[in-house]
Amino acid sequence: MAETTDTAYPQVLFANRKLDRIAAIDDYRKNGGYEAIETVLKTFSPKDVQKLIQDSNLLGRGGAAFPAGMKLQTVADDAPFPRYIVCNADEMEPGTFKDRVLLHADPHLLIEGMLIDAYSARAEKGIVFIRPEYENAARILEREVAIAEKAGFLGKNILGSDFNFSIDVHRSGGRYICGEVTAQLNALEGKRPNPRKPPPYPTEFGLWGKPTVTQNVETLCCMPPILRNGAQWFKDLALTETGAGTKLYGISGRVKKPGCFELPMGVRLSEIIDEHAGGMAEGSEFKACLPGGASTRYLTREHYDIPMDFESLKAVGMRLGTAAIMVFDQSDCMVGVTHNLMEFFARESCGWCTPCREGIPYIKDILWRIENGLGEERFVPMLERECRHLWNAYCAFAPGAAAPLEGLLNDFQDEVLDHIREKKCPFKASV
Amino acid sequence: MLPTNVKQMLNQQIQAAEHPRELAIDIMMAVQDHYGYLSDEALEEAAAIVGVDPLKLEELATFYTFLYREPVGRYVIHICDSVICWMNGYESLRDHLCKKLGIQMGETTPDGLFTLLPVCCIGYCDRSPAMLINKKAYGPLTPAKIDEILETLRAEAAETTPS
Repeated sequence: MAETTDTAYPQVLFANRKLDRIAAIDDYRKNGGYEAIETVLKTFSPKDVQKLIQDSNLLGRGGAAFPAGMKLQTVADDAPFPRYIVCNADEMEPGTFKDRVLLHADPHLLIEGMLIDAYSARAEKGIVFIRPEYENAARILEREVAIAEKAGFLGKNILGSDFNFSIDVHRSGGRYICGEVTAQLNALEGKRPNPRKPPPYPTEFGLWGKPTVTQNVETLCCMPPILRNGAQWFKDLALTETGAGTKLYGISGRVKKPGCFELPMGVRLSEIIDEHAGGMAEGSEFKACLPGGASTRYLTREHYDIPMDFESLKAVGMRLGTAAIMVFDQSDCMVGVTHNLMEFFARESCGWCTPCREGIPYIKDILWRIENGLGEERFVPMLERECRHLWNAYCAFAPGAAAPLEGLLNDFQDEVLDHIREKKCPFKASV
Repeated sequence: MLPTNVKQMLNQQIQAAEHPRELAIDIMMAVQDHYGYLSDEALEEAAAIVGVDPLKLEELATFYTFLYREPVGRYVIHICDSVICWMNGYESLRDHLCKKLGIQMGETTPDGLFTLLPVCCIGYCDRSPAMLINKKAYGPLTPAKIDEILETLRAEAAETTPS
């Protein structure tokens, strides 16, 4: 078993990460920080920035993998003002903690990323939407935003240009659905955060009815390095042809060293577990993992060597999601795990539409019965049917919840049937 | 009633805001910080400051995890029960906390110090099992560490409570 490795992989997002403290503005500037926005303001048009980001193949890091450049390009030239940039720091997908680590490592990287994003959308106001559990990060951001303002990087006529931009930190009251972009806009407007049904899309009709570009923390943090080093450089960071950039992989569960690692996009799952996470925990054998949060399907042993990028996972019917890898071993009951995930989705459903509000608790109840020895064979087709119903929901929340359930029914059906036949959880008996 | 200086400060924030309603959560949090929770009266006060119907804030107060419509203790313990913490021993830690505090989930200790609530993934899976106390994260937890944390908070409360 390889001990952890000091790999030579380039650290782009974590370039200024310190072991014992947050990178200050001076640390950030020493490494070329705020040079990108300076160059942009002097020599780039908003369209140039959009094109460069589009050419870099930067895909949204919040889970949906939407091309970041394309999102910027959907803001029409004649779209009204004011326009908004919303940084999604809600990060409530179970297993995901990369944005927390990134915010604590290098807050000015995010500030510069928001500046670049705002310039290319011609937005004057930025909002960081942050979950209340990250109160510490919210305070850090407020402090560093004030420092950036003093240094002339935020405010009016930034660096002598005619570009104005300010950043506010908005604390959420705490609900998973607020991570969904349209629900987040309602939350920001002080309304009950049910999702909206696009079209119109937020880049056309967003916050307060104005054009709004929403991006994830990590997506925005990729922008300054792309502007400094070019689109091709960013693409070359990835190990796969289809990937681009580095990726923050969060790993937790049955591994020796849970943590958040910046690795090239497309690094193999086996390498992440065996090398970076220090290998499987003592006595643990890899059984499956969720590759990118609770809303993704289980990856089984046969995919242990899969390159972890958006396209490679899509090719086998999976999703990279937030790249929050949660690892399970031979002692973990997949019925129990899936029941726990359904408990999460049932509690966090906003309750707006019926398939989600009624369907998920129903699924949870069936799984609870199976787990507790009350299962019947007819429950399997019932679950399959319910799973399909989830796709009729109003937003992407319920189809997300369907993903691990589909995985359970497809890849671990034997385990489900064992529960039903033995009238108990086989895993509980063995401990 | 909120003290005049608190009310003034909140009113100023509302006046400075382009869209007062965007501050709904902040105002409710501030009012909650003052009273400890959002009683009907507190909610009405908050609504008057934001300038909306109390029902509009009720829709939010009943929706969000960190807004409380019932009295809570001085220290609100949110213990994470999502998948990673669950597999790393959530149930036994929850039982330990219940036993130690002599309450069930959702209850507050008779001395008004601790409230115990479940919460979904708090983003500390690398330090699992984890919990929040008044939004501050603790983990990885063991029964011994929990005992230590509770002792520290009890001592802190004894020190800062006027006799």
